Amino acid sequence: MISRKVNNVKEALNGIQDGQTIMLGGFGLCGIPENSIAELVNKNVTNLTCISNNAGVDDFGLGLLLQKRQITKMISSYVGENAEFERQMLSGELDVELTPQGTLAEKCRAAQAGIPAFFTPAGYGTEVAEGKETREFKGKMHVMELAYKADFSIVKAWKGDEAGNLIFKGTARNFNACMAGAAKITIAEVEELVPAGTLNPNEIHIPGIMVNRIFQGEKFEKRIEQRTVRQK
Amino acid sequence: MLSKEDIAKRIAQEVKDGYYVNLGIGIPTLVANYVSTDISVEFQSENGVLGMGPFPFEGEEDADIINAGKQTITTMPGASFFDSATSFSMIRGKHVHLTILGAMEVSENGDIANWKIPGKMVKGMGGAMDLVASAENIIVAMMHTNKRGESKLLKRCSLPLTGVGCVTKVVTNLAVFEIKNNQFYLLERAPGVSVEEIKNATEGTLVIEGEIPEMNL
Repeated sequence: MISRKVNNVKEALNGIQDGQTIMLGGFGLCGIPENSIAELVNKNVTNLTCISNNAGVDDFGLGLLLQKRQITKMISSYVGENAEFERQMLSGELDVELTPQGTLAEKCRAAQAGIPAFFTPAGYGTEVAEGKETREFKGKMHVMELAYKADFSIVKAWKGDEAGNLIFKGTARNFNACMAGAAKITIAEVEELVPAGTLNPNEIHIPGIMVNRIFQGEKFEKRIEQRTVRQK
Repeated sequence: MLSKEDIAKRIAQEVKDGYYVNLGIGIPTLVANYVSTDISVEFQSENGVLGMGPFPFEGEEDADIINAGKQTITTMPGASFFDSATSFSMIRGKHVHLTILGAMEVSENGDIANWKIPGKMVKGMGGAMDLVASAENIIVAMMHTNKRGESKLLKRCSLPLTGVGCVTKVVTNLAVFEIKNNQFYLLERAPGVSVEEIKNATEGTLVIEGEIPEMNL
């Protein structure tokens, strides 16, 4: 067994520097690597380019990095309700690259799979396709999109083992599974880290080869963005 | 004239047995409430769930189980979870049969604009561009006119596009239209709404063939 285990979030995030590109998993606040985000705030690295489907809310998720002006460029599909984000975007402090969600996912998957580029119909005929190569396949126009290049990928899983194997829960799998192995170094924070041999190999979602460093997060708040319920 | 609930009720009639359906935010979300219980349908949410169920009972919500609107949800028997790339494989690969979404503008050639108003804060397209570029059956649910009373069914969209030549059907508070041959074909009228009213409220090229029935809600 090749161990991917590190002792804590500090060790896991070792080497992250100003000006780097970082992928972060999660959809809204669901499945975000909260312990790593807290440590990025703590490390005070700046001038970051972040690839993440959303940008958190004002006081949680990537919103915490935005508050401290640690991010200069955000690559997302939807940036939602975040007043500080809006202010920085409108004032020009923050560069924002909006990307169709499926394209964003596939650009991660392509990086993970060693595919440099792919063609998708999404965005053809819109401003998303401006300046990009287009091509017709089976009578339909497609846009060429490139795989992402990132220095670090930070993902969150439900369970993991020392070998780096990951299991996700519910819709918290989202971009986490696509981003594992999609950057030079992948960091996984898990709710429960168990010894190798404990997890059933049939039930692994992401094999440990895609993960360079794994650690158990100290605490998970798991905030809900839109608590919606029905009456009994 | 139809309420938002009535628009959803009419669109629910388009959902057939065996369909996998993706519902957008707003009126489309309401469609799930009106789909006949006699047929088997599964709802997909692009953040990674197929077989979505109703909202959870109070106290049973789970932060790890949400829909694309970030609302807490439940799952139905037979449901599955998957990652975002797999989710869009279902969409791009045309495994999802029907996409229902809202719009700011639709043009007579089937273009749709629903993500950006120049000069206003842009929140992003989310999964809308992927959905409209790939789905073969796209129904738009929207009000017929905007807040200034102007037609949202146009010759050409004025707002930045989400997708080109993709919308097949439009259900508004006034009528049901099919888009083909670069025209809006009037299929049904909302109860109590005349063909004349629909004509006056529609900027795009309208085709009216024969007697136009009232919709059956």
